Amino acid sequence: MSEFTLLNAVNRGLRRAMEADSKVILMGEDIGKLGGVFRATEGLQKDFGEGRVIDTPLAESGIVGTAIGLALYGYRPVVEIQFDGFVYPAFDQIVVQLARMRYRSAGALFLPITIRMPFGGGIGSVEHHGESPEAYFASTPGLRVVTCADPSDAYWMIQQAIVSDDPVIFLEPKRRYYQKGEVDTTLDISEAPSMYKARVVLEGSDCTLLSYGPTVATSLQAARMAAVDGVSLEVIDLRSLSPLDLPTLIESVKKTGRAIVVHEASSSGGVGGEIGLCLMQSCFYYLHAPILRVTGYDTPYPPSRIEDDYLPDADRILDAVEKVMGY
Amino acid sequence: MDLQDRIVQLIDSTGTLISDPRYQSTLNDAALLSLYQDMVLIRKLDEQATALQRQGELGLWAPLLGQEAAQIGSGRALKSQDYVFSTYREHGVAWCRGVDPVEMLRFWRGTMHQPWDANFHRMYGYQVIIGAHALHATGYAMGAHLAGRIGTGNPETDQAVVAYFGDGAMSEGDVNEAFIFATTYKSPIVFFCQNNQWAISEPTKRQSSIHLSERAKGFGLPGIRVDGNDVIACHAVTTEALDRARSGEGPTLIEAVTYRMGAHTTSDDPTKYRAGSDDDFWREKDPIDRLKIYLHNNGILKVEFETELAAKADSLAERMRVECRELPNPDALSMFNHVYSGSDARIDEQKREVEVILSEREVH
Repeated sequence: MSEFTLLNAVNRGLRRAMEADSKVILMGEDIGKLGGVFRATEGLQKDFGEGRVIDTPLAESGIVGTAIGLALYGYRPVVEIQFDGFVYPAFDQIVVQLARMRYRSAGALFLPITIRMPFGGGIGSVEHHGESPEAYFASTPGLRVVTCADPSDAYWMIQQAIVSDDPVIFLEPKRRYYQKGEVDTTLDISEAPSMYKARVVLEGSDCTLLSYGPTVATSLQAARMAAVDGVSLEVIDLRSLSPLDLPTLIESVKKTGRAIVVHEASSSGGVGGEIGLCLMQSCFYYLHAPILRVTGYDTPYPPSRIEDDYLPDADRILDAVEKVMGY
Repeated sequence: MDLQDRIVQLIDSTGTLISDPRYQSTLNDAALLSLYQDMVLIRKLDEQATALQRQGELGLWAPLLGQEAAQIGSGRALKSQDYVFSTYREHGVAWCRGVDPVEMLRFWRGTMHQPWDANFHRMYGYQVIIGAHALHATGYAMGAHLAGRIGTGNPETDQAVVAYFGDGAMSEGDVNEAFIFATTYKSPIVFFCQNNQWAISEPTKRQSSIHLSERAKGFGLPGIRVDGNDVIACHAVTTEALDRARSGEGPTLIEAVTYRMGAHTTSDDPTKYRAGSDDDFWREKDPIDRLKIYLHNNGILKVEFETELAAKADSLAERMRVECRELPNPDALSMFNHVYSGSDARIDEQKREVEVILSEREVH
């Protein structure tokens, strides 16, 4: 076991994926000499060369579009989009081209491309640096959408995303980049838990908190506070937003009879609504209370001086817990 | 003539060969005859597909009428190891890549999105999103470069990529980004822009205030303006640009100046936005007529060849009529296939729901 930050775990995961397969190439803005604005790719260009860690022009559609061509040639590109709010110029290439290639060609062509993206707010930054665009991608057939919440998952999930023959949107919770955790790097990739399998982070009996990315830590904090009052919360890290690991979620909610979905993204049309409806269909007779959501509000991301009032925190989660426990 | 207005032309509309200071045709009589044959056949293909749409057999068709020289001239310059990304109008290029016309029809009849084997023909299927594939082509060319498949000096293995698009696409961000990536990485790609004067109803001047080929200068790649109705010149400039690409000298933009004689698609009505006199002006510059005159005047085109070619064209059309109607509808359940590499629980569940609906329909 070694202790790494989540950011360092991403870096080490990328390195291991590049060592394992010479077809893995990294592409993005400032990822080479600089090592990325967060340093996720630090040292990789030095060790693997400019042919495998490619500093690209500042053109997100261009990066994803050329990655598609490289994948058709036989490469396995890993694209870094510098910030969540910068992904939209690439939207056509991701949603219309990347997601549909396998389907369009009836399986003859496929695009093993990973798109890494720091996402979520809470770092006191300016506009376009704190967004949570996951629902757009999770509702797009043909894409896989995953997010890690701790260093061990960051290390293994990025490798799993890269070996996947499906295009994967890999969301990194940027405000947890410096969170440390144990990573067992001695495992083989096949022994690591699947990125598509939700993780029960904390077992509990009264209510299930369903979360992913940056709000897993927030949910854990809420669970610790609730425990003081004798309320036992189960915390689940979804890991994958597409596909959803419904069996794990259903098992938990059948046990606790209550569920709250927590995410930073806006509520309307979000992942929480999808999960809530799926659980309602599968757990209707087990539910003691309606399923609630604790999310960002249905506004654009606010200026950072008031972002703490936008982001779900432990207090808002506990308010929701109080509501579902009161039914 | 202003140098900026220079246009490469090797045969004019009267069928007279023109000498050019830079480009010489390497085509012998047999090759010219073969290009002529291809142009005649794809015109027939196009005419037949348009008719099939009118008869309700195709949902849509994008006619290539008038662009035969641009497509055959460039398409025949390709080598088997090259790779093509095209729009929905490059039936003539697909023909050059060995795609059967009936396979092309699958797309327009609505039985398949990607109607031919892209790996086999080394040509990706019709791209409908304007300009998006210019980036895929550039990425593919970057791949050839990274893999060391250019500049080895072996013209039979070095690879080049061609991206076909139109004048309208020149305004798309993706095409402009493709120029930037291609020049930055010196990628082995030829951007072949068929300026057919019209992006549906918008004339080229709505896209650009200068010749499209002049855009190249700003990106740092050679821009060549060629008479797009001159199959000899199209072949010559594309051959040279492909050689440049294969030998590692980087990308080229070719603007083939041509004219969309027909509608944008079978759903379009050009009489709403352009004058019939434009059509007349361009009819005089017909790409097939000029080569025919030349071949005829020089005793290369024999009556027997013409008769045989007409019969070939008729039998192609006949086969298209028959086989188009025989194209099977896909199984409804196939809509659930190939969304992902493996199975997906939710898609599987929805597939089972449709299976039930279909079996109930059979009962009733």
